[in-house]
Amino acid sequence: MTTKDKYKKVAYYPGCALEGTGHAYNRSTKAIGKELGLELVEVENWNCCGAMEVKNIDPKIQTYLSSRVMSVAANEMDMDVVMAPCNGCYHNLKKAEYDLANDADSAQVVDRLSKKAGHKTYESGQVETIHALDWIKDTIGEDGLRERVKNSLSGIKIANYYGCMYTRPRHIFPEKDSGPGSESTSKPHFMDDLLEAAGAENVDFPLKTACCGGAHTLSDSDTSTKLVLNILKTAKLAGADVIATECPTCHTGLEMHQIRAEKTLGEKVDIKILYFTQLLGMALGLKPKKVGVHENISDSMRFLKEKGLA
Amino acid sequence: MPIHEKSLIRPENLTTHDELVLDGVDVSGHWSTFIESRVVNDYNEAMEDEIAALPGGEYIHRCWQCGSCTNSCTVHAINPDFNPRFWIYLIRMGMESELLRDKDIIWQCVSCNKCTYACPRDVVPEGVMKATAHWLEMKGHTPKSPSMHFDEVFTEQIVATGKIEESRTIRRFFKRTSQGLMQPWMVEMVKRMLKHLPIGMLTRMGLATLVAPRTSNWSNAASAIQEYIDEQHAEQEKALSLPELIDAAQKDAAA
Repeated sequence: MTTKDKYKKVAYYPGCALEGTGHAYNRSTKAIGKELGLELVEVENWNCCGAMEVKNIDPKIQTYLSSRVMSVAANEMDMDVVMAPCNGCYHNLKKAEYDLANDADSAQVVDRLSKKAGHKTYESGQVETIHALDWIKDTIGEDGLRERVKNSLSGIKIANYYGCMYTRPRHIFPEKDSGPGSESTSKPHFMDDLLEAAGAENVDFPLKTACCGGAHTLSDSDTSTKLVLNILKTAKLAGADVIATECPTCHTGLEMHQIRAEKTLGEKVDIKILYFTQLLGMALGLKPKKVGVHENISDSMRFLKEKGLA
Repeated sequence: MPIHEKSLIRPENLTTHDELVLDGVDVSGHWSTFIESRVVNDYNEAMEDEIAALPGGEYIHRCWQCGSCTNSCTVHAINPDFNPRFWIYLIRMGMESELLRDKDIIWQCVSCNKCTYACPRDVVPEGVMKATAHWLEMKGHTPKSPSMHFDEVFTEQIVATGKIEESRTIRRFFKRTSQGLMQPWMVEMVKRMLKHLPIGMLTRMGLATLVAPRTSNWSNAASAIQEYIDEQHAEQEKALSLPELIDAAQKDAAA
């Protein structure tokens, strides 16, 4: 089976954020899946991946939480690919996979907790975890998108923002930096490739993998606001109309601190923030509402109308 | 100048004399600054081992002080006092009093992992920052940071329900850190959110705050996780000799 076929039906792990502040990402991911004929089977009775917060309390508990999600997908649903659109979930599942394959202590703790919790222990290698970007890129790809685009994104200048968790640390993403066609951890390009195929013009954006301060959005808001403001201003200076995102924490962080910068620092940066799935969905002919544009905090409707997408 | 001698030239260690003649040479005035002699004798030899015993601190011994971590650091770029390379040095030297000068900012690491990405020795500086922040709190050098409160509120909710419902986490965090929820920028954000949301969506969100989403059949996992966390915590306290410290303090108080 080629990658293309393998990813056509995947276990879908939305995670907590996609049921809350990141609902627009959930809606748009499902909508483009349906439009492109890709099947998403939600992981049954899933739990939180542990996020960064549980890792800070105890890294092995985070490993366990992520392993349970993969265990359900592998052992109860017989799936071999888990697709997680959230960078946090994607990162944590990848990290758990790495730890379970390379650290005997982690494997032992996960086994002990899984037995007590009453489910099969996840064994490393049972599933492959992919991001929503891999999912579209490896099934439909740029050529497939070009054929299906109904509303070209032409005339829209985009800064593609990937954030931290999609690329760092390097060792948990063995498939990245592995030659032509693979994703790069220093200059990621999968989102650029897909949006360009949908007609958009990508600007040269140096802060693709900069940090939005998501870890301290609420616990150290001033730091987050500074970091976000830097990202917004740099994208604007690079000539972008839109920052495309692929992580609910980054996306919400950019939106929240765009407002906070305006309110507390008096710095207003007029730039739209949209999930890449929303942009692709509209390019495929879906109405803004179908991809949850109304669920974003920042308002981009007028802009989308101007560009002929709404 | 070696970095462990930098403290010698801090303002409080420098003096100038209005009238001073040494061996017939007038050394009065600003042009001649004297460094107070200082002998470092307060090395905490256990500090590195203690921090290495906390999650994330395991690989601190690998550091060879190249500075790639500080060079790539997100927080360093906005606050030059945030210096992971320097702190790792101080910890390995056992210079506790120097480290404590920065105790209130170490928790501000944003976990972007740029340091871990850049480190040629796999020290995992991000983990060392977390372990150091934990160490400072466990030893009573700092109160719990807002970040620690957030991590605790978050983890408690996952142990209880298996999932996170964000507005609940946010409310509990603000309550625990005694902050008002109605900060102007939050109000503005909520206003903008509500502008376009249809009623159905609002109802769904409202329901989620009343009835938290939860993973079913979670209770066994919850108790297993809690048991493990408690066990680890006890081990960490032991590694930091906290029981002995508490014991000694109680004996002191009694005597």
